[in-house]
Amino acid sequence: MIIGLDVGGTHTDVVLIGEAGLLRQAKVATDHSNLFECVLAGLEQVTKDVPSQSIRRAVLSTTLTTNAIAEGKLAPTGMIVSSGPGIDPDCFRTGEHYYAVSGSIDHRGREVQPISESEVRKVAGKLQADGIRQVGVVSKFSTRNPKHEMRIAEILGKSFDYVVLGHRLSGNLNFPRRIATAYLNGAVHPVHKQFFEAVRHSLAQKGLDIPIFVLKADGGTICFEASMDTPGQTILSGPAASVMGSLLFASETVDTLVLDIGGTTTDMAVLVRRIPLLEPLGGEIGGYKTLIRSLRTESIGLGGDSTVRLANGEIQIGPDRQGPAMAYGGSSPTPTDALFVLGRARDGNAEAARRGLQPIADRLDVSVEQLSHRVFDLACTKIVDAARKMIDAINSKPVYTVRELLAGYQVEPREILVLGGPAPFFAQRLAQITGLQANVVPQWHVANAIGAALAKTTSEISLFADTDRGIAVAPEEDYQQQIKRDFNKQNAIELACHLLRKKCIKAGADEADLEIEVIEEIQFNMVRDFYTAGRNIRVKVQVKPGLIREYPRIAKLIFNYCPLPGAI
Amino acid sequence: MLKTKGKTGLVFFPAFDWAISPTHPEREERLLYTQDQVFEEGILDIDGIIEFKPELATHEDIRRVHFCVPDVQNVITESHLISAGGAKTIGIQVLEKNIERGFALVRPPGHHAMRVVHGARGFCNINIEAVMIEYLRKAYGIGRVAIVDTDCHHGDGTQDIYWHDPDTLYISVHQDGRTLYPGSGFPFEMGGPTAAGTTINLPLPPRTSEEGFLYVLDNAILPIISEFKPDLVVNSAGQDNHYSDPITNMNFSAHGYAELTSRLRPHIAVLEGGYSIEGALPYVNTGIIMALAGLDYGNVHEPDYQPEKIRQGKDITRHIEKVVAEVLRVWKEGPEVREKNLRGGKFAHRDRNIFYDTDQILESQSETIRVCPRCSGYLAIDSETDGGRRILAVHIPRNACDECRDEGYKLYDSTDISRYNRIFLQDRLSDQYLTRS
Repeated sequence: MIIGLDVGGTHTDVVLIGEAGLLRQAKVATDHSNLFECVLAGLEQVTKDVPSQSIRRAVLSTTLTTNAIAEGKLAPTGMIVSSGPGIDPDCFRTGEHYYAVSGSIDHRGREVQPISESEVRKVAGKLQADGIRQVGVVSKFSTRNPKHEMRIAEILGKSFDYVVLGHRLSGNLNFPRRIATAYLNGAVHPVHKQFFEAVRHSLAQKGLDIPIFVLKADGGTICFEASMDTPGQTILSGPAASVMGSLLFASETVDTLVLDIGGTTTDMAVLVRRIPLLEPLGGEIGGYKTLIRSLRTESIGLGGDSTVRLANGEIQIGPDRQGPAMAYGGSSPTPTDALFVLGRARDGNAEAARRGLQPIADRLDVSVEQLSHRVFDLACTKIVDAARKMIDAINSKPVYTVRELLAGYQVEPREILVLGGPAPFFAQRLAQITGLQANVVPQWHVANAIGAALAKTTSEISLFADTDRGIAVAPEEDYQQQIKRDFNKQNAIELACHLLRKKCIKAGADEADLEIEVIEEIQFNMVRDFYTAGRNIRVKVQVKPGLIREYPRIAKLIFNYCPLPGAI
Repeated sequence: MLKTKGKTGLVFFPAFDWAISPTHPEREERLLYTQDQVFEEGILDIDGIIEFKPELATHEDIRRVHFCVPDVQNVITESHLISAGGAKTIGIQVLEKNIERGFALVRPPGHHAMRVVHGARGFCNINIEAVMIEYLRKAYGIGRVAIVDTDCHHGDGTQDIYWHDPDTLYISVHQDGRTLYPGSGFPFEMGGPTAAGTTINLPLPPRTSEEGFLYVLDNAILPIISEFKPDLVVNSAGQDNHYSDPITNMNFSAHGYAELTSRLRPHIAVLEGGYSIEGALPYVNTGIIMALAGLDYGNVHEPDYQPEKIRQGKDITRHIEKVVAEVLRVWKEGPEVREKNLRGGKFAHRDRNIFYDTDQILESQSETIRVCPRCSGYLAIDSETDGGRRILAVHIPRNACDECRDEGYKLYDSTDISRYNRIFLQDRLSDQYLTRS
C-alpha cells in the first residue's frame, strides 16, 4: 500500500492506496502554524490498524518550504559568490551575509583567474562569527568547471551544518538563478530537516517505520534521505500534485488544460498529449527566479473561498481568503456562496450564503440571484483568461534552430480537466465559456493526494563534453572525466543515461519506472583556423514526470466513475 | 534587482543548424558561446528585457528591397527569412512602442547584399536591415532613417541600396578599404546625384582602438545625425573591429562597443559580422545588450582585456582626425552637390563590376538614374553575370513623381525581353513587384 498526502492552502488530504484501489481517504483542516500536527493527524487517520510492513511508502507534498519562503521565515544563509567579468555580482545579493570573491571561469570551463584562498578563509571566519550555519557557494560557469566551488567548499571544511554548491543544483546556465537556488536551498534546509525528521520519528514511535518520499516541484518524488542534499526541490510541489492527479485522465492525443480550483487559489497547467510541461529553466517563487526543476504551472488568487466585494462599483473576487464560505460558517461572501444561492451546492447553509451576498446585490441594485450569476461567471472568466495568457506565453517561447522554428508546435488544449473542492460546479460553465469538453477528475476532492501517491521518482542530468579540452562534466553528479578526441554524442548520451540511472536509484526510484529520455543532444564542431579542433557536446537526459507502474489496474479501481459536467 | 531604463527587446536567433559550409566563419558554432554568456549572465531574466520569437520575413518583404535573380527562392534559405524576420520583429516592437530599443542578435548577416542579388557576397544574401527598414516604412509610414554601420567591413550592400535615397542617412565606420574586403568605403563615396551627402564613409586605419572609434562617434557621427534629424536610428552592429577578430586588424573592445552603443542610443541594433566567436562575441554582445538597456556595463570585459596593450599610436590618432575633417566637409557639401547635379543633365550613369566572393560570381552593372528635380528619380539597372545571365531592373522610388513613375513603367513594359533573362519592376509607390521573363 502507498500513502499520498497533499497539504493544500485550506485542507490537507490523505489517501491510502492498495491493490484494491482507493482504500481510505481523510481530510484535515490545514493549520499553517502547526503543519507537523496536521500532517501527523492525517497520516494517523489513514493508517489506523494497518500493519506497518504492508505500507511500501508514504509520499508527502507539503507547503512547508513554500510557506517558509512566502512568509520570509528563512534561515540566515551565507553566500560566497565568484563571478569574474560580467554583470556586477552585487546585483544578485541575497541578504546580509553575501560575499563576492575573486576567481573566474570562462564559458568553456577554462580558469581565467584562480580563487584567493586567504580571501575565502576570511569570509568563512566572518560567517562563523556571525553564527551562520548554512552556506551557498556559487561561481559563474561552475556547471562547466566546478573546480572553484569545490575548492571553496574544501576551505569551508566541516565548520557549517550545510554547504550547498551551485553546480550540484542544475546543469542549466544561469548564474543569478544559481545564486538564488543555492540560497533558497540553504535557507529552507533547517526547517525541512527538522520537519521530516520529526515526522519520521513520530511515525516510528507509533510503529510506522515506513520509507518517506517527498514530492518535488517537477511532479516526481525523491526519498527523504536524498532530499536532504537539495531540499529546495520540494518548493512548489503543491501544483505538481494536482497535475499528477489528473494525468491518468488526460487524453493521449490532444492537449489538456488542468485546473485545480482550491479554496484560496486556482492552479493551472498544460499537458501536451498527457505529458506535463516543465519550466525551461526552473520555477519562480516569492520573487526568486530559480533553477529548481518545476512543472510549468500558473497560480491565481481565485478559489471557491475567495472574498467577494465591491471595488469602485465593480465586483471583485479575491485574491484574499478570509475563511470558509458563509454557507460553511464563514464571515465574508465567496463564489461558493454564490453556488449555494444558485442552488447548485447543497450541503451547507444556503440562507447564510444569501445573507452574505445580499448587501452587494442591493448596492448594485440587482437580485441576489443575478449577483450570484455574475460572481460565478466572473470567477470562470478570470480563470479562463489567466489560462489563455499562460498558453500564449508557452507558445511564444523562442527557439534557436531553423528546424524548430519552422516546426513550431503550438499548444492548444482541446479539453479541460477540473479538480479541487468546487470542481464539479465549475466544469460545466468552463465548458460553455471555452467551447471545450470539460471533465471533472474522478475523486476530484483528493486527486492531489492520489497524484502524490502515484508519482514516480524523476531526475535530470546535464552532460557537457569538450573534446578539445578533453573533458566531460556532469555537474549535478559531481562527475568529471578525461575523454579522448574521438568521444562523440553517442558516447555522451550513454554516459549521461548511466549517471542518471545511478542517481535515480539513489533517490529511491524503482528500476521498472526508469524510462529515460534524451531531451537535448547537440554537437558542434569547434573550428579554429579553418580546422576542426574538437567537438562541443551538450546532452540532457531525464526521467520524465509520470506515474509508477506498480499498480497497473489502479486507475480503473480508483476512478471507477467519472462524473460528467452537469451530472452533479 | 536589475531593471532596465526602458523596455528593451531581444531577438536571439543563433541558427544552430545552419552554415555556409562546415568550416566557414559563418557556421553553426558562431553564436554558441554568445548564447552561453547571455544565458549564464541571466540577461533574459532582467526586468525590462523581453525576448521575442523572430517572425519569418516574406518574399514580398525581400522584393521590396532587392532584385533577386532569377527569383527570391533561389538566392535564399529559410535561415535568411528568419534572420531578416528577426530584425523586422524588433522594428515592429519598437514602432508599436512595446519596447524602447531592441537588438536582433541573428545570423546570417546582410550588409554586403546589394540591390541586385545574384548570389552571396561577404557571407550575405539579403540585406536584413534594409528589409526591416523598408517594411517599417510601408507599415508605419516612417520617413527619415539613419543607419550607422559599425562592422569592420564597409557595408557596401547597404550603401548601394540607399545610394540614391536622400531620406536614408548611411554612415559606415570601418577598416580602410585599402587594407580589407570589400575594398570600398572612402569619403568621396557620398551618394548618388539626387542623394549626395547622405552616404558617409569613415575609413579608419588598422589598429584603431577605443579612443579612435569614440572620437569618430563624438566628432562626426553624432553631430551629423543630429543635423539629419532621423525618425529612427539603426545600428548595423558588426563586432569584427574587436582586437581578437581573426579576419580583421582593429583594436576595439567589448567595453568600447558598449560605450559606443550607450552614446549612439540606436532604436534598433542588428548583428552583422564578428568572427572572434569565443574571445569577443560573448562579451561584446553582453555589453551591447546592457548598454541598450541602460544598465551598468562597467564590469563587462574580455578575460584578457588590457586597455594599455591595445592603445592606438599617435599617428593613428592624427590620421583619424584628418578623416573626420574630410568627412565633415563632404557632409556640408552635400546640398550644394545635389543642386549642381540638377543643373547637370537629365540622366546620370555609372558602370561597375561587382564580385560575389562567397559564390564566385562577377557581375557587370550599368545603372541609369533620372536626375529629377521633383523626386529622387527612377532607376534602371542593366546587370549581367559572367555566367551569362542578364537582367534589367527598374526601381520607382517611394517619393516618385508622376513622370518618373510613368517612365519607369514604360521602360519595364516596352523593353525587348529577348535580350534579357528577366525584367523586374519595383514600384515602391504602390508596393508592387513585377517580373517579365
